[in-house]
Amino acid sequence: MSKKKEAKKIVFNSEKEMPIVAMSIGSMLYNKTGAWRNIKPVIDLSKCIKCGICWKFCPDASIDIIDDWPQINYDYCKGCGICAEECPQKCIVMVEEEK
Amino acid sequence: MTKERKMTLTIPKEELMSPGHLACQGCGASLAMRLALKALGQRTVVCIPACCWAVIDGPFPHSSLDIPIYHCAFETAASSASGVKAGLEMVGDTETTVLAWAGDGGTFDIGLQALSGAAERNEDIIYACYDNEAYMNTGIQRSSATPLGAWTTTTPVKHYKKHPKKDIIGIMAAHRIPYVATASVAYPEDMVKKFKKAKEIKGTRFIHIFAPCPAGWKSRPEDTIKLARLAVQTGYFPLYEVEYGEKWTLNLKIKERKPIAEYLKLQGRFRHLKDDEIAMIQKEVDANWERLLKRCEQ
Ligand SMILES: Cc1ncc(C[n+]2csc(CCOP(=O)(O)OP(=O)(O)O)c2C)c(N)n1
Ligand code: SF4
Ligand code: SF4
Ligand SMILES: [Mg+2]
Repeated sequence: MSKKKEAKKIVFNSEKEMPIVAMSIGSMLYNKTGAWRNIKPVIDLSKCIKCGICWKFCPDASIDIIDDWPQINYDYCKGCGICAEECPQKCIVMVEEEK
Repeated sequence: MTKERKMTLTIPKEELMSPGHLACQGCGASLAMRLALKALGQRTVVCIPACCWAVIDGPFPHSSLDIPIYHCAFETAASSASGVKAGLEMVGDTETTVLAWAGDGGTFDIGLQALSGAAERNEDIIYACYDNEAYMNTGIQRSSATPLGAWTTTTPVKHYKKHPKKDIIGIMAAHRIPYVATASVAYPEDMVKKFKKAKEIKGTRFIHIFAPCPAGWKSRPEDTIKLARLAVQTGYFPLYEVEYGEKWTLNLKIKERKPIAEYLKLQGRFRHLKDDEIAMIQKEVDANWERLLKRCEQ
């Protein structure tokens, strides 16, 4: 099974390039949903107690655990605000996105 | 900074749902899938009928799930999953978990006969219904899972829904299948535990997941978890399980239930309700709660 699929959109130039049945051959990682965001979460790690609650509740799997710290993946985070709302330490704030 | 400390992970780290999917901001259904697959693992096939999830996954030839998906017709989640399971068995695969994953419309309404048939045959599948309490994918039409008092586009404010939500757990328990449970996106540990338990059981297993929908409920996306939690704390959506239709267990006891008004006031779909109507809903919640407690005591 594919482990890390490429973040690339698949485009067929002719029917010959298509799989013989309607099967998925690429991931949705090409779709950078970060562009949907109006407000973005920013974590103040100095207050973080590493409870993992933000990571657990993100509907977009957009909080990674890097070196044992939560890190927002801004390529995909849609800015729903759940992580900021649920963080018991209130160390995530939603700030206006600069376009 | 607590540098030395390890990050606390109360659910499996493995991600089988990738970001980049098409769900709205704060979608409960997408979190539900993320959590369910953490419990079931890679050796899973999922059958998805017409519903939001048929769209969320992404357009051909892309998918946001790292497991095979069979897109099936609206009313056929249970029968398609039964067929996939039979096919796997024919080629000697008894290990792979077959999951049917449908919305409330596809479960409580149009898919009910296929589901009842599969349960009667005790097909070896897990059927999960993520319940956002309306036909969301097609524009918020009422289903039989829509609660009493709610606005939808087919139950407009003047004619809000006058009938209570269908008791799908009662219906499934009456089939005396091995496992029936409720779960909520606000309680990931409980949900993961239930999917893991279901995975180890043979026969038809049914899990009903409460999945708030900001677009359809007219709620704030950041309130998704808060709403799901309040649904449990008010006793509107209790966490419980039923084994073989006989053994009813309340998984989370609530000493003092919060008033249902606290839950209702965070959602635009209930904004029109007056005090006496809220009292009527409270009565309905109380009656359901008492009935459940009695069943769990036996
Ligand atoms: C036989 C049939 N009737 C109607 C439809 C149109 N349709 C597609 S999805 C949907 C609503 C699904 O509602 P639900 O099962 O609650 O899932 P949700 O969209 O809320 O996730 C409808 C009516 C269809 N695809 N097939
Ligand atoms: S704002 Fe929402 S999408 Fe972004 S990281 Fe937080 S929970 Fe995830
Ligand atoms: S919820 Fe807050 S305290 Fe907990 S890990 Fe996330 S940022 Fe840190
Ligand atoms: Mg629905």
